Amino acid sequence: MKTPYSAFSLLRGAFNGQKHWEPAWRDPEPRASYDVIIIGGGGHGLATAYYLAKVHGIRNVAVLEKSWIGGGNVGRNTTLVRSNYRLPQLHNFFEFGLKLWHNLSDDLNYNVMFSPRGAMFLGHNDGDMIKLAERGDAMRCDGIDAELLTPKQIAKIEPLLDLSRNARFPIDGALIQWRAGTARHDAVAWGYARAADALGVDIIQKCEVTGFVRYGNKITGVETTRGRILAGRTGICVAGHSGHVAGLAGLELPIESQTLQALVTEGVKPMVQSVVMSQSLHFYISQSDKGGIVMGGDPDNWPSYARRGQPTIKEHAIAQAVTCMPALSRLRMLRTWSGVTDMSFDGAPIIGTTPIDGLYLNAGWCYGGFKATPASGWTYAHTLATGKPHELNAPFSLERFMTGATIDETAVGPMPNHR
Amino acid sequence: MYQITCPHCGPRAQTEFTYERTTDSVVDPAADAHTAMQALYTRANPMGLDEEIWRHTYGCRAWMVLTRHRVTHVIEAVKAIGPEALA
Repeated sequence: MKTPYSAFSLLRGAFNGQKHWEPAWRDPEPRASYDVIIIGGGGHGLATAYYLAKVHGIRNVAVLEKSWIGGGNVGRNTTLVRSNYRLPQLHNFFEFGLKLWHNLSDDLNYNVMFSPRGAMFLGHNDGDMIKLAERGDAMRCDGIDAELLTPKQIAKIEPLLDLSRNARFPIDGALIQWRAGTARHDAVAWGYARAADALGVDIIQKCEVTGFVRYGNKITGVETTRGRILAGRTGICVAGHSGHVAGLAGLELPIESQTLQALVTEGVKPMVQSVVMSQSLHFYISQSDKGGIVMGGDPDNWPSYARRGQPTIKEHAIAQAVTCMPALSRLRMLRTWSGVTDMSFDGAPIIGTTPIDGLYLNAGWCYGGFKATPASGWTYAHTLATGKPHELNAPFSLERFMTGATIDETAVGPMPNHR
Repeated sequence: MYQITCPHCGPRAQTEFTYERTTDSVVDPAADAHTAMQALYTRANPMGLDEEIWRHTYGCRAWMVLTRHRVTHVIEAVKAIGPEALA
């Protein structure tokens, strides 16, 4: 058993030069077979392994990661956590996750620095405000907090927003979810990894899946760069590379991979208190605990597996953010980065079974995977343990595209490049 | 950002172009329901070359097919098309 992280163990370490700390997780050699293999050591994969072990008692589990854990999209997002979706399938799923977020640090014995500071969508005209009110009503009908704000109320929370009537994009109001906020992305991956490892899960890094072991219509394991590993059930959980990995099993998905970019400024004193987003414009800003303003915008709307984006997309997001909060123009940009996102054809994720026996899929998170981490892990673990979807992920089946039961929050239709 | 050589206008900045879909996902109106849904909703999404339909939207507005690598972004071929050529 690992030493629990606590003030007491820190104090104890003060007397021995803090020499009692152990590595947070082991670095095991892969065994010949496991009950469950999860392909992808990102937030969702590690969370799935943790809940498999903790909730379902399935501990003979391996998480295979081609690189190092937390180096993919869980380390490349803008750390926002919220459940303010309009459609019930989506807000019920994300709300279940939000409840897990609120207790996650205690549950994992790892500080994920979850900060429920409030997340607001700005409304810039009457049409926006009607849509925001409708969204808020839909959420409140399902017991999720949402509050419409007037510009005066917004000014108290975010005094640096340009709330004047002659602003380029006048702000008529906002819909805030107070229980939403941000979390420390790396800590989420590391916390789940440490907790899963403590329950016996093997986290195997630098182990890329290169193919599947197949008998008839059943997947019985994977070929990897570290040899063949057999499994009772295999779960794909590789975010932007879902199309590639599913392709190794001969499966074509309703997914197109695109680049999503983000950026952060130099650290400054507190100036953005909440998470400020605009869906009409499409930018989102928050301030990290280090003080940097984290900012993101639209995806690059064309397929790519390269982790580099087009500067004009960033410029667009920055221009919008600066227009709404002019003080941002004084800041210098520190870093930019991008990740490969799996854009699904209705904007909603896919968690469930596949037409191939023994193979399961968790994919299609578009640009919203981070906030889903606990709920995704919980429901995917349920699906992998029982062979059937949990009631929360049942609507997110792969078959929904063929049956017409898509969950299209933005009503764009089957065009992932127009989201 | 890179340049795309429009068959009509020559090399132009990528920002003038928009991506539409891959050539294998054009839905044939005569196809049966299953084939049509397959074309509409699934993509090979390879980590390599694919044939993509792009449009010079903010230029001459013509459609074209790019044979483009999804990791290196190298464009191997650009082919002008019209509705007839796709049929």
